[in-house]
Amino acid sequence: MSTSSPSGTETGPAHRSVEAGVAVACIIFGIITVLGSLQVGIGWGPSGPLSGFFPFYLGIIIVLASLVNLKAALSLDRSKLFASWDQLGQVLAVIVPTTIYTIVLPYTGIYIASIVLIAGFMMWLGKYAWYKAILLGIAVPVAFYIAFEKWFLVPLPKGPIEYWLGL
Amino acid sequence: MLADIANLFHGFAVVLQPYNILLMVILLPLTFSMSPTGAIIMLSCIYWGALFGGAITSVLFNIPGEPWSVATTFDGYPMAQQGRAGEALTAAFTSSFVGALFAVIVITLVAPLVADFALEFGPAEKFAVYFLAFCSFIGMGKEPPFKTVAAMMMGFVLAAVGLDSVTGQLRLTFGFTELLNGFDFLIAVIGLFGIGEILLTMEEGLAFKGKAAGINPKVVWQTWKELPRYWMVSLRSCLIGCWMGISPAGATPASFMSYGIAQRISKRGHNFGNGEIEGVVAPETAAHAAGTSALLPMLALGVPGSPTAAVLLGGLLIWGLQPGPLLFVEQPDFVWGLIASMYLGNLVGLILVLTCVPLFAAILRIPFSIIAPIILVICAIGAYTVNNSSFDVILMAVFGVVGYAMKKTGYPLAPLVLAIVLGDQAEEAFRQSLLSSGGNLGVFFSNGLVSTIMVLALVALFWGAISEGIAKLRSQPKTA
Repeated sequence: MSTSSPSGTETGPAHRSVEAGVAVACIIFGIITVLGSLQVGIGWGPSGPLSGFFPFYLGIIIVLASLVNLKAALSLDRSKLFASWDQLGQVLAVIVPTTIYTIVLPYTGIYIASIVLIAGFMMWLGKYAWYKAILLGIAVPVAFYIAFEKWFLVPLPKGPIEYWLGL
Repeated sequence: MLADIANLFHGFAVVLQPYNILLMVILLPLTFSMSPTGAIIMLSCIYWGALFGGAITSVLFNIPGEPWSVATTFDGYPMAQQGRAGEALTAAFTSSFVGALFAVIVITLVAPLVADFALEFGPAEKFAVYFLAFCSFIGMGKEPPFKTVAAMMMGFVLAAVGLDSVTGQLRLTFGFTELLNGFDFLIAVIGLFGIGEILLTMEEGLAFKGKAAGINPKVVWQTWKELPRYWMVSLRSCLIGCWMGISPAGATPASFMSYGIAQRISKRGHNFGNGEIEGVVAPETAAHAAGTSALLPMLALGVPGSPTAAVLLGGLLIWGLQPGPLLFVEQPDFVWGLIASMYLGNLVGLILVLTCVPLFAAILRIPFSIIAPIILVICAIGAYTVNNSSFDVILMAVFGVVGYAMKKTGYPLAPLVLAIVLGDQAEEAFRQSLLSSGGNLGVFFSNGLVSTIMVLALVALFWGAISEGIAKLRSQPKTA
């Protein structure tokens, strides 16, 4: 990603770079598909076309279409921003906690992780008072617990603290 | 005006619609303990909720809840600004009801005929119908065609990962045991639409500033007394909607087309955009006629006309109900139960939205810093409960980031989701046809029926190029 100096005061990655990046990612996806298809065979077997037959051509189409998209992306205006760094910061402020949340989820259980996520979001991004955040942070998972485990009888992942509480 | 529409689409537009799809997806696992008919009827009722709800944000907040509600904002929001929000909402809901009812009647009458006809279908015809649906997306979508192709093919590849249903061989797993069962479309939908939308909304720094929603029986009654005057607009919009819904062009073009035609024909056309009730009736009727009739190809042919219909189709498949002509023969109770529930759901939906507007408006005013983490948690629960797998939750987050990047760079998500849902069946039909013909592609043009569908598909595929060519031919004499 390259930084460009746009017309306004805000800076950020150029739309052109991101668009080209997405096209390249698609090309890589297509190549992986083609390679994976070659592994299982793309020809003709006793029961008709082999397993790799269909995905092989899909991969080829993805690569070709993405080459066209890449060419279109490179001819885009360089000064147009994808998003300002401020905006991307906001987006990262969701992506980072969400990533941590999904990774720790099997170990802490969904309820504890959700309390931290909701309360953290409210305090950090919403600037709510800590007691409001914790109150709602606990209330929502409790509501989910009642709805899922008691009404619908769908067990959700639990960790040591949930077991310690006897849930 | 066009720039406004473009901005709306890029920014705020689709903020709320994906959450409706999401709601269906998340409730899907919960229906596992219900009877199939009950479960599908519950899902279809949410489908109704999604159809009705979009108008509320359009009128009160000038933010279209669904892409096909964009045209509703043109006259709906000015009406709300003039203090006629109740009137606009009543008109919108009633028009939705009329449009949807018309489409349900069409489904009732036409679906059995289409199903009878489709019983003659072999694998080649089946593949041709899928091909038609996907070509329509490429040729008639507003996104660049090559981006649509790339997104769609990636959907097909994701559907192909895992166990090959024809040969029983593993493919494209690259040794990862987590990929044995392939990618579940529910995970993709939750990530792409749910998480992706939160990221987009975060970037926009969205804040709702809405008009107050005053709706009471008196306003409703007065509006209802006024509405029969617009029966011509309604009927025309119903027809446009059904046509656009069944030929999978979708509800969004239907609503714009209906609005445009109403503006041209109406005596008060010059006043459209300043709060004209006809300008609410026309797009709402057409959009909902289209949204509902999109279920017709899904039920009769197994090809959904919209992403929401695709989720419904996924629900049917999970239940072991193979949508298509045979469903009418093998499961008549289910099919007619579903169609009956459409009548009922439509009526209940109308009553619900009329009574619950203030409640919905209040929910929309909840600050994003509270609603966002709650939606994240709901998404995680939804993703987990599909297969009771924590890996799926991580996959959902990955799909979320991918969805954000794709949305921002103009890759359409709907064909990707549709391809994941239909991928296995389309591939099976394709391979079976090739098997029967010994690898000769001529099988797709071997008889009148399949050739017709294939030609239609090719016309749809190159529709963009064809219409551009016609436009050029027309403009040439002027410039020359």
